[in-house]
Amino acid sequence: MTTYYSKDHEWVAVEGDTATIGITDYAQSQLGDVVFLELPDVGKTLAKGDEAAVVESVKAASEVYAAISGDVSEANDALADEPAKVNEDPEGAAWFIKMTIANKSELDELMDEVAYKAFLETL
Amino acid sequence: MGMNSQGRLSTPAETAAVAEHKTFTGNKALQIEEPLIFEIGRNEVTGVDIDVPLDFKPRLGSHRRKQPIDPPGLSEPEAMRHYVRLSQKNCAIDMGLYPLGSCTMKHNPRLNEKMARLPGFADVHPLQPLFTVSGAVELIAELGKWLLVTTGMASVAMSPKAGAHGELCGMMSIKVALTARGETRTKVLVPESAHGTNPATAALLGYKVVTIPAREDGTVDPASVRELLDDQVAAIMLTNPNTCGLFERDIKEIADAVHEAGAYFYCDGANFNAIVGKVKPGELGVDAMHINLHKTFSTPHGGGGPGAGPVVLSEKLAPFAPVPYVRFEGDTAEFVETRAKAKEHGDTPFGRMTAFHGQMGMFIRALSFMLSHGCDGLKQASEDAVLNANYIRASLQDLMSLPFGKRPNMHEVLFDDSFLKDTGVTTLDFAKAMIDEGYHPMTMYFPLVIHGALLIEPTESESLASLDLFVATLRDLVMSAKRGETERFTGAPYHSPRRRLDETAAARKPILKWVRPEPATAEATE
Amino acid sequence: MLACIGVKSIDDLFADIPEVARLTAPMDLPRRKSELEVERHLSRLAAKNVPASDVPFFVGGGAYKHHVPATVDHLIQRSEFLTSYTPYQPEITQGTLQALFEFQTQIADLTAMDVANASMYDGSTAAAEAVLMAHRVTRRNKAVISGGVHPHYRAVIRTTSELADDTFDILPADPMGTKDILSRINKETSCVVVQSPSFFGQLIDLQLIADKAHECGALLIAVFTEVVSLGLIEPPGTQGADIVVGEGQSIGNPLTFGGPYVGLFATRQKYVRQMPGRLCGETVDADGKRGFVVTLSTREQHIRREKATSNICTNAGLCQLAFTIHMTLLGKTGFEKLALANHAAAVKLAEMLEGIDGVELLNDAFFNEFTLRLKGKDSEAVVNTLAEKGIMAGVPVKRIDPISEGVGDLLVVAATEINTDEDRAAFAAALKEVLAWA
Repeated sequence: MTTYYSKDHEWVAVEGDTATIGITDYAQSQLGDVVFLELPDVGKTLAKGDEAAVVESVKAASEVYAAISGDVSEANDALADEPAKVNEDPEGAAWFIKMTIANKSELDELMDEVAYKAFLETL
Repeated sequence: MGMNSQGRLSTPAETAAVAEHKTFTGNKALQIEEPLIFEIGRNEVTGVDIDVPLDFKPRLGSHRRKQPIDPPGLSEPEAMRHYVRLSQKNCAIDMGLYPLGSCTMKHNPRLNEKMARLPGFADVHPLQPLFTVSGAVELIAELGKWLLVTTGMASVAMSPKAGAHGELCGMMSIKVALTARGETRTKVLVPESAHGTNPATAALLGYKVVTIPAREDGTVDPASVRELLDDQVAAIMLTNPNTCGLFERDIKEIADAVHEAGAYFYCDGANFNAIVGKVKPGELGVDAMHINLHKTFSTPHGGGGPGAGPVVLSEKLAPFAPVPYVRFEGDTAEFVETRAKAKEHGDTPFGRMTAFHGQMGMFIRALSFMLSHGCDGLKQASEDAVLNANYIRASLQDLMSLPFGKRPNMHEVLFDDSFLKDTGVTTLDFAKAMIDEGYHPMTMYFPLVIHGALLIEPTESESLASLDLFVATLRDLVMSAKRGETERFTGAPYHSPRRRLDETAAARKPILKWVRPEPATAEATE
Repeated sequence: MLACIGVKSIDDLFADIPEVARLTAPMDLPRRKSELEVERHLSRLAAKNVPASDVPFFVGGGAYKHHVPATVDHLIQRSEFLTSYTPYQPEITQGTLQALFEFQTQIADLTAMDVANASMYDGSTAAAEAVLMAHRVTRRNKAVISGGVHPHYRAVIRTTSELADDTFDILPADPMGTKDILSRINKETSCVVVQSPSFFGQLIDLQLIADKAHECGALLIAVFTEVVSLGLIEPPGTQGADIVVGEGQSIGNPLTFGGPYVGLFATRQKYVRQMPGRLCGETVDADGKRGFVVTLSTREQHIRREKATSNICTNAGLCQLAFTIHMTLLGKTGFEKLALANHAAAVKLAEMLEGIDGVELLNDAFFNEFTLRLKGKDSEAVVNTLAEKGIMAGVPVKRIDPISEGVGDLLVVAATEINTDEDRAAFAAALKEVLAWA
């Protein structure tokens, strides 16, 4: 499994044709306490850059854009009842969606962990 | 992901509770704890005497209510105490300086309240025959004239119910004017520093919102506007003076560019109170502007409303004003209520914003304020508001940080949070500490163009002594933060009716109404 | 102060205003007036109007003359309520917030819905917002509006829909309020808007319409303009309504020529995040004490900007507070009595008027308002003649609905607890006389 990162602070873990997507620890720390999540319906086709989900803290609502194109194969609906998990384990149990990857070459435009860490240093 | 820059912590800091003398009741002298009416009222109690005739045969068909209603009642003295006690948990302008930037918390003269309660105004119905309400129509016309003269515009739509509703009205007239020209445009330009209502209004009408970045000095650069203008731009929505408290000095150039592109200039008039009598928006190329009567003309804010947002329109937009409106034929005013009537006069109103005629109660208060001030007093009010805000800036600029340099501002002054850097105190903490000193905090985290915004608007109502005490208090707070006395801030407020509230818990599991507790079961009580 | 700021004159502070636009002469308006002069000026205007309390008064049509206890106006004029801002700092605005929480609970109870918001501008704008909300929920954009909905409400919904590029199917004026409505609902419909009691005073069975709407995946928006009716008639919440909107002016608020009023808005729990307007919620403070805050704000314009559920920024504030205080004074017992007194007044009046030659009562079931057909007579002319005789007879339908056919002789009459036997007798006698010669 390889994990990629986007400049919009999402992580994309790839295993075969499937990508698991969530937001990074940095993103959750910037948002503050997450209170609500809106996830896409399973089966929805997302093009890279489409609005995939909405994550809300008390004073902010942020859109999560699809880092890659593909079909939503699973949504982590359990998060809806426990939005606090996004703060507790953003890069593990609090994944948002799983997607069937449409175009693997899009992954090349993402960062690896080292590059992402370097990117965070610049913020 | 797109991050909203308002993100901030909202859970209360975990600090040790203040040592205090506990009381038996939980009350603190004059601060009395008050339960909800549902906990103290009873279904059988009522504070109103009503005689119900029994000698009639109901004609409700099959529609009579089956399940009874449940709200409890309080007797008159109980209700009086309940709401007086609640009122005492509120901060108000009548208690002290309320420097909430962009909101204009100025003194509300009580003459205006008295006038709005004259039976000839308060006790007339909107659908009485017009000849029985000619004084009411005359009042609307008179207020309309004052608004037109102060703004230098051609026509006014009086009915919008609040500022945001006025924005909607103004933008609707722009959309309709474009349609009348045979055009459909798709975009609206909105500066980064705009009130949230601007993009929300544009989006409601189906426009794509294009953000204009702020220039380094906090104003809009005509060059960036020109870059974004094309034949798809319907309008620009610009606040002037802007939300950074600065007058958009290139406003005419921007207006010209917008007009050249065939677009309209919507001015958010929220900050009109800074410039009444100093400049007429009509002279600046404005096509539509709403006026928040509750700000500039001092109708009370009432804990969040009601507002009133009449919209003044340029010659080009005037024919599209919604019904109802007052039409002048020489000195006689005619009240035009329907589109059909309007057509007889050759007008083409776009429709109707609300039932009836708008916020009459607010019109009376605003006109009372205007008559009391006159052309000279209104101008002085703007000047004093600007003077007071600049005095605060000048008195604090050595300690607090100005994002756009030490230059004059209009009626409000904007600081950023860089003066708090490395103190461990956030903008929010700083604001909450002001509460303990008896002040309502300034506007925080708005506008979004700078980090940790602190927007202070003192208004013309404050005396020099009041400003000096406010300045001294803020200076003390800043020094204290810099000395590292973080506890004064991170646990604040300590002395208010409630301490910091857990907004996260409120949003995660919303409790939006009172629910009768389940009666304790025998098992549970054992 | 100028020295401290470092400028020579106040005008230096206005230097950013383009010189060509700066005002040098005073505005062409009168100079300041004393309090006494202002009072005289405005009293003169007020004296030209005929207050409802001075005459037998039967005008309704979306705004109603009721008795408001003196306590209400005293309390809302307390400085701490009157001169406070939106409760963005909950630690020092618990008064406003707790009253909002009480209000939301009262409205949810009266309408039999799950949640209510902190109020909208008025009933008509609440109705337009409800339609936009239904579009968001159903992801469709066509509203069906019954012919029994208040003509102004229909106009406001139409204006908003037209300019928001949505579609609509507005039925012509219909005193019974249900004509053709079921056949208009289909798979494209996002919502059906029905008013009960209707603009014409008719009580309508909402369940039938709700069932058809739900079958097609549409929402039922129930509207009322007379909130007092909820003390006596079946609430929309038990009849399948998904969104309930209404005008709350009747409780706590004077007529004031049409505003400010208080828009009521309630819905089902599952739609709460699509709801417009401010919401107050319960929580605890750092000491564990119960307190209230504005919550679910991410729906609102100041955070969500162009993605907000509405552009609304204020609520009806003091008007909502007046409602809550009046409602608290009434309680269950008082509110039910008030509703009954209103219905009694209307029944008595209807009985007197329907016996007059040339008058036909159109309603078979009504609350405190009903519609008369003044067979072939211009009802607006009749109303004007009666007003000259010192009687405010009601709302001629044509005045606010000049488009619908066959409404020229319709008169909507409202009766409330303020009407006396003498008022009713005077109205009946005068109407009889006017119809006889007209």
